[in-house]
Amino acid sequence: MAYDARRDCPQLPDFSVLKRLARDQLIYLLEQLPGKKDLFIEADLMSPLDRIANLSTLKQHEVDKLYKVEYKPIISTSDQLCFLIRPRIKTVKWICGVVNADKTVGRFRRYKLIFAPQKFYACEMVLEEQGIFGDVTTDEWAFYLLPLDDDIISLELPEFFRDNFLAGDQRWVRTAGSALHLLHSIYGPFSKIYGIGRCSKMAYESWREQVEEEENRGRQAEIGNVFLIDRDVDFVTPLCSQVVYEGLVDDTFRIKCGCVEFGPEVTSSDKSVKVMLNSQDKVFNEIRNEHFSNVFNFLSQKAKNLQMAYDKRRGMDIKQMKTFVSEELKGLKQEHRLLSLHISASESIMKKKTKQDFQEMLKTEHSLLEGFEIRECTSFIEEHIIRQLSMIESLRLLCLLSLTENGLLSKDYRSLKAQYLQSYGMNHLLTFANLKRLGLLVEQQPGETLTVMESKVGKLVNDKTAGKLTDAFSSLAKKSNFRALSRKLNLVPKSDEEYNLRVPRDMAYIFSGAYIPLSCKLIEQVLERDGWTGLEDATKLLNGHEFCATGTNGADVKGKSDAPRIVLVMFLGGCTFSEISALRFLGKEKGYKFIVVTTAITNSSRLIEALLDSHM
Amino acid sequence: MSLMTANWNPLGEAFYRKTELYEMSWNLREGLKDSLLSAAPYGGPIAVLREPHRRSPRSRPQLEIYSASGVSIASFPWKSGPVIHLGWTVTDELLCVQEDGSVLIYDLFGSFKRHFSMGQEVVQSQVLEAKVFHSPYGTGVAIVTGSSRFTLATNIDDLKLRRLPEVPGLQGKPSSWLVLTQDRQTKVLLSNGPEFFILDNTSCTSVCPPGLGPHYGNIIHMCVSFNYKYLSVFTDSGHLWTGPSHLQDSLSLVDTKKTSRPEQMVWCRRPKSQEPAVILMWDHLLLVVGVCGETIQFPVDDPCALVGELDGVRIISSTHQDFLQEVPLVCQDMFKIASMAPGALLLEAHREYQKSSQKADEYLREIKEQRMLGEAVIQCVEAAAHEYDTSTQKALLRAASFGKCFLTDQSPDQFVETCRELRVLNAVREASVGLPLTHAQFKQMTLQVLIDRLVYRQFYPLAIEICRYLKIPDYQGVSCVLKHWASRKVQQKDLSDEAIAHAVCSKVGDTPGVSYAQIAAKAYECGRSELAIKLLDFEARSGDQVPLLLRMKRSHLALTKAVESGDTDQIYTVVTVLKNEMNRGDFFMTLRNQPVALSLYRQFCKLQELETLKDLYNQDDDHQELANYYIAASYREKRLETRLSQLQNAVDEFNRAKNDFSAKATEDEMRLLRLQRKLDDEKGLRLLGLSLQDTMETLLSSGLHKQADQIYRDFKVPDKRYWWLKLKSLAEKSEWEELEKFSKSKKSPIGYLAFVEVCMKHNNTFEAKKYVSRVTAEQKVKSHLAVGDLEGAAEAAIERRNDAEIGAVLSRCSTTDRLLIDRLNRARAATQRK
Repeated sequence: MAYDARRDCPQLPDFSVLKRLARDQLIYLLEQLPGKKDLFIEADLMSPLDRIANLSTLKQHEVDKLYKVEYKPIISTSDQLCFLIRPRIKTVKWICGVVNADKTVGRFRRYKLIFAPQKFYACEMVLEEQGIFGDVTTDEWAFYLLPLDDDIISLELPEFFRDNFLAGDQRWVRTAGSALHLLHSIYGPFSKIYGIGRCSKMAYESWREQVEEEENRGRQAEIGNVFLIDRDVDFVTPLCSQVVYEGLVDDTFRIKCGCVEFGPEVTSSDKSVKVMLNSQDKVFNEIRNEHFSNVFNFLSQKAKNLQMAYDKRRGMDIKQMKTFVSEELKGLKQEHRLLSLHISASESIMKKKTKQDFQEMLKTEHSLLEGFEIRECTSFIEEHIIRQLSMIESLRLLCLLSLTENGLLSKDYRSLKAQYLQSYGMNHLLTFANLKRLGLLVEQQPGETLTVMESKVGKLVNDKTAGKLTDAFSSLAKKSNFRALSRKLNLVPKSDEEYNLRVPRDMAYIFSGAYIPLSCKLIEQVLERDGWTGLEDATKLLNGHEFCATGTNGADVKGKSDAPRIVLVMFLGGCTFSEISALRFLGKEKGYKFIVVTTAITNSSRLIEALLDSHM
Repeated sequence: MSLMTANWNPLGEAFYRKTELYEMSWNLREGLKDSLLSAAPYGGPIAVLREPHRRSPRSRPQLEIYSASGVSIASFPWKSGPVIHLGWTVTDELLCVQEDGSVLIYDLFGSFKRHFSMGQEVVQSQVLEAKVFHSPYGTGVAIVTGSSRFTLATNIDDLKLRRLPEVPGLQGKPSSWLVLTQDRQTKVLLSNGPEFFILDNTSCTSVCPPGLGPHYGNIIHMCVSFNYKYLSVFTDSGHLWTGPSHLQDSLSLVDTKKTSRPEQMVWCRRPKSQEPAVILMWDHLLLVVGVCGETIQFPVDDPCALVGELDGVRIISSTHQDFLQEVPLVCQDMFKIASMAPGALLLEAHREYQKSSQKADEYLREIKEQRMLGEAVIQCVEAAAHEYDTSTQKALLRAASFGKCFLTDQSPDQFVETCRELRVLNAVREASVGLPLTHAQFKQMTLQVLIDRLVYRQFYPLAIEICRYLKIPDYQGVSCVLKHWASRKVQQKDLSDEAIAHAVCSKVGDTPGVSYAQIAAKAYECGRSELAIKLLDFEARSGDQVPLLLRMKRSHLALTKAVESGDTDQIYTVVTVLKNEMNRGDFFMTLRNQPVALSLYRQFCKLQELETLKDLYNQDDDHQELANYYIAASYREKRLETRLSQLQNAVDEFNRAKNDFSAKATEDEMRLLRLQRKLDDEKGLRLLGLSLQDTMETLLSSGLHKQADQIYRDFKVPDKRYWWLKLKSLAEKSEWEELEKFSKSKKSPIGYLAFVEVCMKHNNTFEAKKYVSRVTAEQKVKSHLAVGDLEGAAEAAIERRNDAEIGAVLSRCSTTDRLLIDRLNRARAATQRK
């Protein structure tokens, strides 16, 4: 409604193939254990599995009962147990317990462990240590990618973020590389690959290695360009409150695996309703990328139209009525149902947001992004902490303050931390240690001593070690340099101009015109310049690790193919719905189509929660 | 060319021809007499063991290995026990079956590979005779022992010995026997005097070839065709019976008029044979007996060996080697005298054309009139493929090419392919290479196998040339050859490590599909670790280097490479090895230098070995992390005392880390915990573990103001927090008077808007209004609005001449407040004018 797509927008490739592949492989694996069996599924694999294979498919392949992995003794009576799990030591240990318990009572069963999407040596080591390596069979279900929508594919690995960026555990990097390889082998060959971030670079190398191992075939590419980006390149964007409809729904109700559960306050009945949120939902599809302030207008307009469509009935003769009932009514009813759901969802959002001084909060965020009235912002945050308004939100604001201001003043850092500990308990000392390690919440460094030291060291030793040293330094004190970046890339539009949210002029609309998301801005700039040249100043501030490579040979990108204008953006460590909306907007403006591949959909709460460390 | 049919001998409908393959380049002084000889099919190598029964230690028998053209490949004195039989495996390895039942395996170059035994009991009874045979399962060995028992091994690479049932009435060795592979079963056929048996796994059945009655005498020799489908037996009355090997039928029974036992007997047939024949050899005679009953005789002056091939028989003598085959049908058509086959006419046409004779046109016309030109070209091409002589090949191919000029829709593929293949065949037939393959054999064995054989014989340049010439994809072609070459090269003992590494690197470069890690592994197997490390350096994939480095006990290097590879599983593997290999201190030191491995190991420890994690931090003097560790540990403790002691540990570590903030915070926490315990005990509350704020809140809501105030002072709680808490708890309990008193106790650090809002939250407008007047100027409008006093809000806003505030008030006005709206609008206009 607010903006139309360019007519030359390319078509997206069909990603349902990925689902079919995953399903076929799962069936094959289940068949490997013939006969009736009970299936134990890791809790966070439940929803993804639901998108791949429904219960009847599983039953067809002799799955008797389904259980969720709950780390408790099991009650199954089946002689064959199949475990569909993530490669986590905790889960494997639990299975070891199950098997050993059976052993002590002399019960014989067959056990099969299916690791999704791959198994890790560490898991096998645990099996070995617990002495059950020979009692179980293991397999891998190469279920790397779950298409959530026409243009969103998720690896459904929320732990990627914490493991990789906080713990420095790189085991998922290869998984990301394999996921990219899978996409490449179906929709490639890619002609250009850009990226920024250490993890991106490693994922790229892992992918490259896998490509080199196989022979390349000349194929018609469906995806031309790839952009890899680490979450830690841009922490500011996911920490901002989302105000685009889809993002808001995620912030308020939590979208899980493309599906949201609206509670009684939305459905105005006792029951909760699960709704799939994707482009199939016509109402949602039109408002998902809209700024929230437009949503009500749109919905009421829509309601009027719907009423008009219903009203057509009057003055119809029997025959017309018949066709109306058979052809239109069902669609109208469906639309009606969805419309009323989204209207009550919006109302519910409104209610919640006004209660918590949402406007004040947004004002503070915008001030932080623009960099003025910092003192007021700081006291706002302090008050927020003192009043125990929200454990997560307070941390989010603290992080935003630190990121935009390049660290907190020493005095503020101490007092705010102390306040927070008094409000929420001492154990958050560990949370603060985590935030500091990630560079999300740090103390301002006196002067620029670090950079000076770095350059001195750099001159003394060769490039490779200097790189390593720089890494070491930057992990010691990661600087966000947000202010400088914001100036270089024009991230914050001038505030004196009125911003029309109905007709957005740039990606800043997703934050009410206050800020263009850094991640998306980088993508825009790199695609425009076909590389990183001219962006050296920015990349330097981002700790480097940018790269740009031409893809494998045999790519037939010339001709009439759409591939060059199809861009796959892979977020390592998660991305937000707001970023996806921004990219959709960018695509429409520039005639691209973006496909977002992410390790998981994230938002500020998920991001912060991943870093909480209350009880380890 | 004109003599093409000179060596053709008619046999029934067909012709047989004997063509010379090589003059043997070997120099066998004593000929083939008293020698054991074995030649592998498909132009394979020849092994000769001179005087196998000589046992005096001073003059040992000599084992010699030659190529098919007689070029010596290896020669060494036989030092082991007496050899009964020699045979070649399908992979060109030499099997030497000894009298004691052990079988020694040598490679083509005479180096010993391994050995196996045909059974313990054989050592006593001794092997009388042995046969090496080929089946779809691989190469097999069959023996008959002194106790007249047969033992079979169908695949020597997967050795399973089978002792066959006893044969009734057999003493010593049978008069003749052979191994037959049929219906996925391996059987032995044997004759003993007048009896004839089939011996399989479980039984020994007496049989009789149909039509061969007892009056034809005893069977004294037999042979089976190359594909095991046909059998022929020779009786002591001189009769030769032929028939299918399942013995359901017979083909012919021919009287050779020779009653002595032939020395050798071999089938000579080709796929789609018109006139199959059996070749029998006596002392000075080679007899070709056709199934049709006709015979051809060739005189032989020298002892020879017959080698059955897919499409003929090779006859090896001490001086030369011939190939005897049925002339292929297409060649017959081409070269038969006065042949009118289209191909023959085309060949003639081309010959005339070369002479610039107009007859060429006549011939061509004749073929074209019959619309047979396409056929003619194909005939020429096919015939060329069968010819051994290069000038004949050329003549035929030229004729084909000439014919092709007059055709528009002939696919050139067959012609081009045959030309290429013939070029390859001619190259490998060269005496220096010595692989006398016919085109049919080549097709059967496939190009891949041919290349493998060339590689095995170390004809690397030729193999590479062939791969390139036939445009085989690098993965299957050049890379494979280079890989073998390099593996061979690293075994060269006379070269220095540097020289070999350099040679390998310069040849292999970065050819795809060649793994330096594999080459290095080979070098390591040969005991050249230094070379292996040099070669590993060239390996682009760090991950591939790791397993070998671990095997070589270069664990540190392995760890570095594993980290470079980015494969966490590899890193784990190395870390586990290191952990078991080193003492703890060294292990930690090693990890310290590899941050990636360290974080991985930490992750593992967090879940599996918490104590180790502590040791790790200790080793690194990482007091900060150690402190965090203790804090986390304290939360796992149930008992207050242990929790406090963990926290005390944390305080100590924080102090060491010079993190006074955290040390202070932890000390406060300890103090709080103690206090909570005390209050819990005294007042029966459940405070333990609550945050400071929650503690105070609980205290206040329980009316324990004194205790709350105590905490406020002891823990230096900021005034703001205290005021908020007090405000909240008093409002919650509706102690409005108390609240008002409190508000007046001193100037509020949180302002008075908060009071207004909290009162409103509890729907007490009356109380709220009390505080409106005390609010600061900036918050006046807001507080008026909060209590719903529009007038007051408007007043304040106009007084402050603040546009935004006027707007805020306006937005709250409903249509009924006309007067107010007008007033506000006027004020707004006034402020904007300014």
